[in-house]
Amino acid sequence: MDYEGRAKCTNLGHCTSGCAQGAKASTDITYWPAAIRAGVELHTRCRVREITTNEHGMASGVVYYDADGVEHFQPAEVVILACNAVGTARILLNSVSARFPTGLANSSGLVGKNLMFHPYARIAGYFDEMLDGYRGPGNCIWSQEFYETDQSRGFMRGYTFEFSRGQGPVMAAVDGMQTGRLPWGAEHHRAYRKLFCHRTGMVAICEDLPEEHNTVTLDPVLKDTNGIPAPKITYTLSANSRRMLDHAVARASEILRAAGAYDLWYEAPIPGGGWHLMGTARMGTDPARSVVNEWGRSHDVKNLFIVDGSIFVTSGGVNPTRTIQALALYIADSIKQRLATLFD
Amino acid sequence: MLSADQCRSLRCLAEMMIPTSADYGVPSAGDDAIFGDILQSLGRDAGHVIAVLQTLDAMSGGPFADLDPQRRDAIAAQFRETGGEALAYLTRIILQCYYRDDRVMRSLGMEPRPPFPKGFEVEQGDWSLLDPVRARPKLYRDAG
Repeated sequence: MDYEGRAKCTNLGHCTSGCAQGAKASTDITYWPAAIRAGVELHTRCRVREITTNEHGMASGVVYYDADGVEHFQPAEVVILACNAVGTARILLNSVSARFPTGLANSSGLVGKNLMFHPYARIAGYFDEMLDGYRGPGNCIWSQEFYETDQSRGFMRGYTFEFSRGQGPVMAAVDGMQTGRLPWGAEHHRAYRKLFCHRTGMVAICEDLPEEHNTVTLDPVLKDTNGIPAPKITYTLSANSRRMLDHAVARASEILRAAGAYDLWYEAPIPGGGWHLMGTARMGTDPARSVVNEWGRSHDVKNLFIVDGSIFVTSGGVNPTRTIQALALYIADSIKQRLATLFD
Repeated sequence: MLSADQCRSLRCLAEMMIPTSADYGVPSAGDDAIFGDILQSLGRDAGHVIAVLQTLDAMSGGPFADLDPQRRDAIAAQFRETGGEALAYLTRIILQCYYRDDRVMRSLGMEPRPPFPKGFEVEQGDWSLLDPVRARPKLYRDAG
């Protein structure tokens, strides 16, 4: 049904690449228009080099480059970072000064540490019956049967199963070719018709746990086109996450076989994963063990706030955007409620 | 962009990958319209495709398209084993252009159109499965 000015979903099936119907509640049609109507000035295609500080140790603004590479200084009474676990850590680590020699807000030494991704397992099955295939939102049912810790499984925490529909004609062919199910030559057509609209499955999104050796640091050599030191990612998949992935593949295989799949395919972890970025500026009450306090303000710089996935202390086995949005709203409310004493 | 020999080799390879089928009433990937789409769609992958075709012609000792069918099959089979990532780029382009052709889409029971604006109907599941979820107490607190 129509909702808050957005048309109803018409099952276009291309949700992740943008909704032509305008039905998807993406921020370009939810928060941004409201923010711009409220007076926010949006500068796109800009890169922040560093946050500057004044003689009192407070943030005084940011230095950034516009799309033409022209350097600007944006003064600010309050600086709020929302660049997620790679971008936020990069800016903080690049914001060095005599007062903050290891980067801004980094007295704990934890900026850039505890990087978490979501290791994903993808499992699919091929069925005799015709399925929805390319029609409708790809991600449609979730199960958290294996979300909470159960020590008998051999790992801490757990994962969410996100069940998907199928694939469009091109992806069915590409996947079929890559996995050896789709031959060249005369047999191609018959084989393809057994794949197209006959595949469905799920992903398992695993709760990665914080480990200090998984980091975002500054690359000693690599810079972007504005000369800003680039982030360097160091990450090792933990044994806990590995066991979680294996468990997910086993349970998913049982589910798909019970549903009638005659052929299974999986990859765990998926090689292209790692798009959920969390943990490099963790939240906490102890300044020695966290970067921001319990309402998002930097322990070290009292007019610097972070409202992105970097403040997560664990990753949660779910897509993180709604939690990030909830935290951003909560921190915004906290700022509003504390205006008179915000910098105390 | 591609030389005449490279075009002939690419077309030959595309036809070997997806030949005409009378049973399903579909053209090959070397069909004029589909092959024209392939050539126009090389885009950023043109370098990979040219590298693939150079390798293929080198393996063939001349233009791949000029080999006899038996020799072509042997070279193509060998090429599939060794082509690696560059061959994957080429394969994706051929498949992309083939499976968006109107005739091919019709043969698959699809309407040859983009999803928007008409959209699709999907079979509704059994929404009553959610009744126990709706009936249970809230797991969350209301925002202040």
